[in-house]
Amino acid sequence: MLKLSKYVLYDIVRSKVILAYTAFLFLVSFSLFNMEENSSKAILSLLNIILIVVPLISMIFTTIHYYNSYEFIELMLSQPMSRRKILLSEYAGVGLSLLSSFLIGVGVPVLFFSPDSIGFSLLFTGCSLTLVFTSLAFLTSVMARDKARGIGFALLLWFYFALIYDGLILLILFNFSDYPLEKITLVLSALNPIDLGRISIMLKMDVSALMGYTGALYKDFFGSGAGTLFTAGIMLLWIVIPLWLALRVFKRKDL
Amino acid sequence: MKNLLTILFLFVTGNVFANKIVVGKDKAISTLRQGINKAQDGDTILLNKGIYKEGTLVIDKAVYLIGIDHPVLDGENKNEILTLTGKNIVIRGIHFANAGYSAMNDYAALKIIDATNILIENNSIVNTSFGIHLANTINSVVRNNTIKGNNKSEHSSGNGIHLWKCSNMQIENNLIEGHRDGIYFEFVTQSSIQKNLSENNIRYGLHFMFSHDNSYLANTFRNNGAGVAVMYTKNVRMENNVFEKNWGPSAYGILLKDISNSYIKNNKFIQNTVAIHMEGSSRIEIEQNIFKENGWAIKVQASCDDNKFFQNNFFGNSFDVATNGSLVLNKFYKNYWDKYEGYDRNRDGVGDVPYHPVSMYSMIVEQNPNSLILLRSFMVSLLDKAEKAIPSLASENLTDDKPMIKPNKL
Repeated sequence: MLKLSKYVLYDIVRSKVILAYTAFLFLVSFSLFNMEENSSKAILSLLNIILIVVPLISMIFTTIHYYNSYEFIELMLSQPMSRRKILLSEYAGVGLSLLSSFLIGVGVPVLFFSPDSIGFSLLFTGCSLTLVFTSLAFLTSVMARDKARGIGFALLLWFYFALIYDGLILLILFNFSDYPLEKITLVLSALNPIDLGRISIMLKMDVSALMGYTGALYKDFFGSGAGTLFTAGIMLLWIVIPLWLALRVFKRKDL
Repeated sequence: MKNLLTILFLFVTGNVFANKIVVGKDKAISTLRQGINKAQDGDTILLNKGIYKEGTLVIDKAVYLIGIDHPVLDGENKNEILTLTGKNIVIRGIHFANAGYSAMNDYAALKIIDATNILIENNSIVNTSFGIHLANTINSVVRNNTIKGNNKSEHSSGNGIHLWKCSNMQIENNLIEGHRDGIYFEFVTQSSIQKNLSENNIRYGLHFMFSHDNSYLANTFRNNGAGVAVMYTKNVRMENNVFEKNWGPSAYGILLKDISNSYIKNNKFIQNTVAIHMEGSSRIEIEQNIFKENGWAIKVQASCDDNKFFQNNFFGNSFDVATNGSLVLNKFYKNYWDKYEGYDRNRDGVGDVPYHPVSMYSMIVEQNPNSLILLRSFMVSLLDKAEKAIPSLASENLTDDKPMIKPNKL
């Protein structure tokens, strides 16, 4: 399995897309930190990149990679190896390469310019989102047979998590504004990994606003030790469950 | 300054005829009560080191009570400690401890009633409900005192420095913490409040009502339960103060309610939930302040008019300005906003496009506080961008027409 992951990694690095991604992240974060005089504003712009670009690239890259190495996967399947092992090593290869390019591209500048609690929660969010969206992409590409549909589905999913979901929350908040919605918003925010990551950064960045009327509840919940565990746990679930589903589908799939 | 000179002058002239009365445990006069009874106008009472538990003492003549090595006057948790009334009294270097609490009376460590030319300095006051309570007093100075409360609930605690119906007062260099309100004024006029530090109070760091023509200079109000609230007053001058870390659902750096004709200048507002909240206030000039990392930098209700906000610097606030209506009667100009995205073609340092400090999202949060959970989401920034392109919902009249490209030099 390790050997297979190694081959996947070689393959990815050889295609240079991942190198371009690393360079892009590095240049953007480095120039953001250099352009703004206070690092908090750079962090703010970085936040947008992490919440939007990182999931998008993770998803698209994973999907394209999956379809491109479809023949390789087929070849491997003819070998005496379990399907589970093959998919997991694919996941490990892709996830590891995306993760390391994120850590080099964003992690190094953040650790260099802003090694504080905001920076660390930014990195945590970025890493978890990378893995979450990689496993979501595996799920969609395992389910869809042809490439166009797979990419379309991945894009739709990204669009849903990045934008539509928040719109829906806003809609719910307005339509049911007569009811106490604090607890429900907490639950709803856990159902979207991007929201969850955003909140964990927000707790460090906008602590003053969050001490206000309703914010205090979120602060009390997510800011506590249990809240941190909760965030990490839910993120883990978001990584594990789609991957597990993908494995299930892949095992039973008629290739 | 003038008051101070008068007071000093009176002391100097008084001293010429003065006697010294030494009070101490091992001296001829062993209780402060005897000492006070013996004293004539203009005498000095030197109180030696020791603990004096003498119930409530009253000074109603012009004496100077001076503590040597911080003698302790202990109220044993049931009495008011010292009451002053009259003219030309000095209290210096005494440690007051454990004044009583009563639901009926405002027991204080040091109560001053119907007095003129009083100087209270270098005292420390610990574990009392009210610290220094002045009523109907003029031309007096309270300075360099340390007042530490015992931080119980709001109703069982009193104010650190409490002034009622006073004028020409100077409150300087005091440290107040753990009381209900750090500094509380009602009907206090022509006074100056300088260089005090008021922190960790249960309710407000500074609270005044109906107190006209006062100036507040270089004070620090930090981490008070509800920040600073000032009401029903005109001609207030606030300069070089620091309002910091006043966090909570109803905590304000400063809450201005029915304040008019005032200046708020060169202050720093750092990490407050709401830095300035204004309602029913008019003709206030808010200039050259720094607003940094607040939840809301300014919340200005539609009931405010003719206020000017200029040459302020805004950095890293979650929301710059919020308001609750579309009517805008206030002016914003030449402020620096870190969220400004305009350009400056003629390079005069002033942006060519007006800045809208009220974002659409801040209006949404105003209407529906729960939506704060969406802060910093892609959806919200998209909404704000869309609103900039088609201004329809947020109050479009509230603009800074001359936003600065670089921070104002303060």
